Amino acid sequence: MTQPEVLSQEFELGYTYTRSTGPIVGRFLTELRRKKLVGIKGSDGRVYAPPMEFDPQTTEALSEFVEVGQSGEVVSWCWVSEPRASHPHSKPFAWALIRLDGADVPMLHSVCTATEAGMRTGMRVSAQWVDKPQGSITDIACFVPENPAAAAEGLEKEAETDQEMIKGIEVPVSLTYQYTAGEATSRYLSEVRQGQLTGQRCPRCRKVYIPPRGSCPACGVATDEEVALSDKCTVESFTIVHIPIPGNPIQPPYIIANLVADGANISFIHLLSECVNEEVRKGQRVQAVWKPMEEWDYAMDNIRYFRPIDEPDVPVDRIGKLPVSGWEG
Amino acid sequence: MANLAAVVGIGQTRYETRRGDVSIAGLVHEAALRALQDADLGWNAIDAVIIGKAPDMFEGVVMPEIYLADALGGNGKPMLRVHTAGSVGGSTALVAASHVQSGTFRRVLTVTFEKQSESNAMWALSSKHPFSPHLNAGAGGYFAPIMREYIRRSKAPYDVGIKVAVKDRLHGARNPLAHLQLPNITTQEVEASPMLWDPIRFLESCPSSDGACAMVIADESLVHESPQRPAWIKGVAMRSEPTMYAGRDEVNPQAGRACAADVYRQAGITHPRRELDCAEIYVPFSWYEPMWLENLGFAEQGQGWKLTMAGATSLDEAGDIPWNCSGGVLSSNPIGASGMIRFAEAARQVRGDAGQHQVDGAATAMGHAYGGGAQFFAMWIVSSGKA
Repeated sequence: MTQPEVLSQEFELGYTYTRSTGPIVGRFLTELRRKKLVGIKGSDGRVYAPPMEFDPQTTEALSEFVEVGQSGEVVSWCWVSEPRASHPHSKPFAWALIRLDGADVPMLHSVCTATEAGMRTGMRVSAQWVDKPQGSITDIACFVPENPAAAAEGLEKEAETDQEMIKGIEVPVSLTYQYTAGEATSRYLSEVRQGQLTGQRCPRCRKVYIPPRGSCPACGVATDEEVALSDKCTVESFTIVHIPIPGNPIQPPYIIANLVADGANISFIHLLSECVNEEVRKGQRVQAVWKPMEEWDYAMDNIRYFRPIDEPDVPVDRIGKLPVSGWEG
Repeated sequence: MANLAAVVGIGQTRYETRRGDVSIAGLVHEAALRALQDADLGWNAIDAVIIGKAPDMFEGVVMPEIYLADALGGNGKPMLRVHTAGSVGGSTALVAASHVQSGTFRRVLTVTFEKQSESNAMWALSSKHPFSPHLNAGAGGYFAPIMREYIRRSKAPYDVGIKVAVKDRLHGARNPLAHLQLPNITTQEVEASPMLWDPIRFLESCPSSDGACAMVIADESLVHESPQRPAWIKGVAMRSEPTMYAGRDEVNPQAGRACAADVYRQAGITHPRRELDCAEIYVPFSWYEPMWLENLGFAEQGQGWKLTMAGATSLDEAGDIPWNCSGGVLSSNPIGASGMIRFAEAARQVRGDAGQHQVDGAATAMGHAYGGGAQFFAMWIVSSGKA
């Protein structure tokens, strides 16, 4: 058996979450929009900035807000010499734990200095605000080495006061994965690229799996015997999807069917089309409609959909048990 | 031999579309505090915190248990998170119970939640997979073909699911915590509601809810410290199986049958319909009631729908084995909490404090949850009697 190149593909997963802040984080963000920083007093008398919702010792809900300074002391830091795309700055900067004046617990933010040599533990830094604060931690563009003149200027430019309390924020989260198909799937997709459905047989229970995962989920043993399958299938079950699915371009209604290929013992799902929806049924015979060969890729959507063929229905007790030669009726 | 444990405190939030007034931390704290108050205990009476929720993609907070330690009194205590997809609310309760039954901890706080308004579970369950056509169509898309197969096999009339949808909403209207309050719902209304994933109609599906549920589970020796009548835990069982293997019976999963057999054996139950007074069973889509009636041994194969249609599972029809008196998942679905709500509502029934949805004199009740591709099962049986 020749080993195929293991396939890999980028895969982006992203969503803009709609987060409720609750009264404590909401107040903190609202104050940021006013270019103010607040902390909260804990049961031990310490001031936490940013504010905590619940006391770390007593678990009681906290509520005593305290305005804290816009300057503070760097408690610890680390230099980022090669910022990444998701970092707040394109030039090298430091992540730092900063204990704001009037607070007892440090908060994390960035400090911008020309070089790493400009950073030291214990240094004084001040918040540098963006021009138009939105009610976000990034309203503080960064902290910079303390400069009383700049701080005074910052206060002059205090933001216009929007009194409405922030209750919710939008949080876009996105990650690009490098998905690696693995050996069994890569072999399978290499065959699909040639217009061939191929399963793998379990050496113990003799069941044929498609798409193969390289092991039998029932027996827990590796599979490597390949079995060429037909692109004729039997409908095992199906649903007609009537609602748009978020992020899915297919326009409803459409039929997603559980199909068992001749020679296989398990179903996969694919679209069923060129059919009368009301007449689709278990045991119905269907066949793949392939894209033009020049469009074939390492993907199951080389098959556009399956469509009914003129063969008698398979009895229920034979579904999933047909040989690759198919169904004689 | 396991130590005897009981539910001594129960706390739930109200379930609703959007709890815009609280953060996730505020939501779980609310349920946990109510459970402690119910048990007349302070945070320092708790030895460990067991938390559960469904996939992190539902809120986009990765490992939320870390950030929730402050809100749940977890600092300085063992705190761990359970995850078994949709069944997690049930398995979290069972992990908490087993820590008490084993003697590892004497009193445990267990909390589950979902804040579905922070995203869209349908999106999270339907993402495109590399190298594959984009065919995932939410939980309904996955389960609809399985329900269709149940209907074919059992020759059930088309309106069984409609009956369940109405019945559970009428139950939910008795429960002030339930998300959907539809006291005037009719079969015509359910039947006329849009088809989403044939054969599942809109009103045959669960809602998307925000909410949290919590319980305090205590060792026998500490039960007297809480004022409520204890709900004694008589059986606990979990089972799982692969999502797909050749020959798998998806309609009547083996793991569900094995889990039920185990929990009945522990609780000394041989005839669940006769010996249980009521049950809170995870039914997110209406047809799962008759399917689980069979899977859990309340009815013979192919006969579950007849119980439903005869009103056996209905409180309003004075059925002999009411299912989901609280309104069930069909009335409230904060996914990660939904299983624990089943467990907690079973406990409320045997405590006799279920209010308008109380089954008179309920002494023994079952809580059930399932998740993933109907591959994870969690069940418990609770009783008002200690012996």
